[in-house]
Amino acid sequence: MTQQTRTATATPPPTSPQAPPPTPAGPDEFDGRDTDRPGDPRAVGLRVAGVDKTYSTRRGDVHALSDIDLEVGRGEFVSLVGRSGCGKTTLLRVLSGLLAPTAGTVEAGERPAWVAGRRDDAVFAEFGLVFQEANLFPWFTVVDNVALPLKLRGVGRAERRARATELCATVGLTGFEDSYPRELSGGMRQRAAIARALACDPSVLLMDEPFGALDAMTRDRMNLELQHIHAVSGTTVVFVTHSISEAVFLADRVVLLTPRPGRIRSVTPIDLPRPRSVEVEATAEFGELVVGLRRQLDEED
Amino acid sequence: MTTSTPPTTSPTRDIDTRTDGAPPARPVDADAAPAEGESPWMRRLPWVSGPLMLVALLGIWQFAVSVVGVSEFILPAPAAVVEALGDLFADPDIGGHIGITLLEVLAGFGIALVVGVAVGATLGRIAWLQRAVQPALVALQVVPKVAFVPIFVIWFGFGPTSKIIMAALLAFFPIMLNVMLGVRSVDRGHRDVMRGLGASRWATFRDMELPTTLPYVFAGAEVAIVFSVIGAIVGEYLGGSQGLGYLVVSSLNALDAPRLFAVIVLLAVLGSLLYVAVTTVKKLVIPWHDSVRTEV
Repeated sequence: MTQQTRTATATPPPTSPQAPPPTPAGPDEFDGRDTDRPGDPRAVGLRVAGVDKTYSTRRGDVHALSDIDLEVGRGEFVSLVGRSGCGKTTLLRVLSGLLAPTAGTVEAGERPAWVAGRRDDAVFAEFGLVFQEANLFPWFTVVDNVALPLKLRGVGRAERRARATELCATVGLTGFEDSYPRELSGGMRQRAAIARALACDPSVLLMDEPFGALDAMTRDRMNLELQHIHAVSGTTVVFVTHSISEAVFLADRVVLLTPRPGRIRSVTPIDLPRPRSVEVEATAEFGELVVGLRRQLDEED
Repeated sequence: MTTSTPPTTSPTRDIDTRTDGAPPARPVDADAAPAEGESPWMRRLPWVSGPLMLVALLGIWQFAVSVVGVSEFILPAPAAVVEALGDLFADPDIGGHIGITLLEVLAGFGIALVVGVAVGATLGRIAWLQRAVQPALVALQVVPKVAFVPIFVIWFGFGPTSKIIMAALLAFFPIMLNVMLGVRSVDRGHRDVMRGLGASRWATFRDMELPTTLPYVFAGAEVAIVFSVIGAIVGEYLGGSQGLGYLVVSSLNALDAPRLFAVIVLLAVLGSLLYVAVTTVKKLVIPWHDSVRTEV
């Protein structure tokens, strides 16, 4: 695969070998039309600028996030790693529109998502969210759960069922469309949750430790499948995990967060060729990346 | 400070940024789906044990009457009760008595359902209001409500109205309290899903809040239907000249023990049918719920 540029800004994977636009604009000089071209290697999928988050608790203020700047290229896969309490989940909730930042902006493409603490529902509706828990509705069958985003958009019953059935096939749930979530195993529920997140062709997929509750073997398999889904859909992914090896395995770039207050400590490009198989974990390059990130974490103490 | 010794282990999946050493929350087996209900033997058991217990009860009953020699005024023989049941159904008025009791129960239950859901949903949603009316709710709950029957007779007369209100009052609390709890029981993760999708207020209600609350409504309704029967019967005890409760009292006054027992059997059947009706509706409306699945 193509060697990627080692920069701290957007380095999306080459989804299609499109000719770069004639304008010699740098990464900081994007205009709206660039971002409307899927596959443009310089297009920004998600831009976070100066995001700050302070919680007020009974025991005083907690500074959860401090001055987070991050650009995620369109189609890029970025992992956020860090210890428990480093603010990675808080950051993802801000990106998801579930938590208002105290300061700073979040933009999807060039459209502001958080403006002065108010969320733009239309922007966030284009994001797909996967949580640590599958959060499927027990009163819906698998296919109805997957079709929920389409239902909310007013897509007709037959059409959304057809689309949801396709998505079930994508995530390997064929044959379980009419099962209830309680009849599924944990891994299958998480697959359904991913299918639901993909239902309205999200421009950005935000995942908060989606495989954290799964056993190690299921987790490995889900990682391979997620890699495949990402390659096929070309969606921008921000993936929160506490596992460094999982982050390295999946990502184009690994963003390391350090706690109190949560801030970005480093951004590490991962140039391992794709598609990656489990064997990649046995390579020296993979090991160096994991150990290097681990060392950065240890240096905090 | 920063000694930064690289980890001696080879880089594997086990390298984890979690320092507490805790295992991943709730490991879930990927392949084993949850066990599929109970065995067929367990499912059939109540259908065998139920009739057996009934036969045993009748046997002990007959034994007490014919061998021990309990007075017929205290315990009439099963055959006498069956005969009295036959006489009851031969009476052209019986339909009217059953009908009036049924009307009182259903009307009371219906009122309790509508008002209970409305009040429960309101209080569940508005925390300060719930706090404000809490003392009144507790006071109303601890009062033995059947003590109100004479008051209702004074206010609403000897007709069905006072009984309907009694049935409604008894049935109201289980429904209201369950709905109040149900409205608050919406899963945080489910809320995040709906918020993340930018769901409208109406869609949030239709696809999340209503389905979350329905099992609580039915849990309340199952208790409430039984309470409605109690309310209507107690109401009939104290006043009026119609209904199965009135038949109980009139049998007692006539010292007609077999008839008294026969009316109680009728009431038991009526109560069971109403309960079964509620659980049947529940099974149709929320087939996905655990209570439907584990139930007999």
